[in-house]
Amino acid sequence: MEGFNDFWSTYSTLVFTVGVHAMLALSIWLTLSCGLLSLANAAFMGIGAYVSALLTLQLDGPFAAVLLAGGVAPALVALIIGAPVLRLSGVYLAMATLAFGEVVRITILNLEITGGPEGLNGIPLATEGWHIALLLALTVYGLARLRRSKVGRAFESIKEDEVAARLMGINVDRYKLLAFVLGAFIAGVAGALNAHFTFFISPREYGFENAVDILTMTVLGGTSSLFGPILGATILALLPEVLRFLHDFRALVNGAVLVLVVLFLPKGIWEPRRIRAWLKRNKGDRA
Amino acid sequence: MLEQQLLNALTLGSVYALFALGFTLVFGVLAVINLSHGAVFMVGSYAALALVTRFETPLWLAMIGAMLISGTLGLLIDVLILKPLRARNAPHLIPMIATIGVSIMLTTTAQGLFGAEALRFPDETLPAGEFVIGDVHVRALEIAIVAIAFILMAVLFTILKRSQLGRALRAIAESPKAAWLLGINVEGLFHVTSFVAAALGGIAGVLIGLDFNAITPGMGQPILHKGIAVIILGGMGDIRGALIGGLFLGFAEVLSKAYLSSQMGDAVAFGLLFLILMVRPSGLFGRKLERKA
Repeated sequence: MEGFNDFWSTYSTLVFTVGVHAMLALSIWLTLSCGLLSLANAAFMGIGAYVSALLTLQLDGPFAAVLLAGGVAPALVALIIGAPVLRLSGVYLAMATLAFGEVVRITILNLEITGGPEGLNGIPLATEGWHIALLLALTVYGLARLRRSKVGRAFESIKEDEVAARLMGINVDRYKLLAFVLGAFIAGVAGALNAHFTFFISPREYGFENAVDILTMTVLGGTSSLFGPILGATILALLPEVLRFLHDFRALVNGAVLVLVVLFLPKGIWEPRRIRAWLKRNKGDRA
Repeated sequence: MLEQQLLNALTLGSVYALFALGFTLVFGVLAVINLSHGAVFMVGSYAALALVTRFETPLWLAMIGAMLISGTLGLLIDVLILKPLRARNAPHLIPMIATIGVSIMLTTTAQGLFGAEALRFPDETLPAGEFVIGDVHVRALEIAIVAIAFILMAVLFTILKRSQLGRALRAIAESPKAAWLLGINVEGLFHVTSFVAAALGGIAGVLIGLDFNAITPGMGQPILHKGIAVIILGGMGDIRGALIGGLFLGFAEVLSKAYLSSQMGDAVAFGLLFLILMVRPSGLFGRKLERKA
């Protein structure tokens, strides 16, 4: 037990981070599953983090309500900007959401209530391990159910061929908006959880680099199943710890991973079909 | 001091235009959003600095060297990464994600090699000289920056409009397949485009490094975002639009910084970008986009 306590006191933040990153990766997986490449999720996470932290600091609200507000606030923003933004597709959508992310970051940087560039300090520690575990499990369960539902199938058909989906009578615009808003909600809750165990948040954490990080997790893990993004998030959270010896060149690996995965594993690391085929071949060799 | 601000805006705007030109050229011809263009810009800046400080080359030679180095880098990115993706017919977002990876690698390498703090060109290597016209102080450096940017842009425009190479490139921009059927060496011209675009990005990096007299590993990121704003403003793949958009953004940014607040410059750029995407996704000067089904 003592060993575990030692481990926990050293690595609890890391484990928390893995959980939060997994939720973020799932949030972008959701929009990708509907064929939307949105780079706004870091901004949604930021909105969730700031709204929840301010509620805790200024009003001392109960944690459950704070978390809920952290999810609802970015979801509302997504609902408002969704209708015009989602008319765009492909790279245009990526660029628009990137621009939106920058607008959010600069706004946070310039507001008085958010503490400007210094950010918010002294956010009380409220997130516990089981909060993250529970919410991550709920997210996975919800998304797994969603995937097998009418909504999930609609997402998939939109991703495969938008025009065909529309001809089939699927309300494409509404489903896209749903994916975008739900993604924002999950990212916002993840942001709220994150803010309540790091003590401190600043606008720097919600910029373009972070949007890219979230995307990297999902691309690395693979989008063909829910496990992919979680695996990707875990790997990318652990990499910096494992690669400490590289010092200044640590982030080099992140970039290299992104390039290599895109070149050689276009479907990500976790691709059930390829793994099954590989297992079968190995068995065949032995026989 | 409106005149002084207008001069600053012209300097900044012409470099934005030069940067965005390479960016938009790659999108127009290769149909790739090359998000490593900002990092290539940064590499150009460090290359010129290294040439000037370590090998004591004169500045003009260092500029040419920086263009060659960054151009070669752009060529390498195309051959090693974009070409295999083209061969695989990867969805168009995939190359964009790959270039993000390249950008991270280049930025980290630069930070590891040169450190995170800002480096400067030694004073004696910069063109000195300053003129005073009325109340306006004009540095020789600023004139040089604007002149270099406009000369390079004029050369590029002439090539694209008048030469056989330019016609071939415009044909590819319309349809790579049709261009290939007409006997145009499409792959070869993709390489040429990547080289030229990266070289333009690299020299833009040198010019910004000279203008601000500060070179940092992260300097590519903000200009990349500005570049995105510019090519959306001007219409993606639109060469003339990149020029006008770049100048426009330079003026909008400098003037809002001067007359609104120092932080507002960036907000104006992205707010504008966001608005234009909402209202006119094809850009202010762009043609109406065909529906891609």
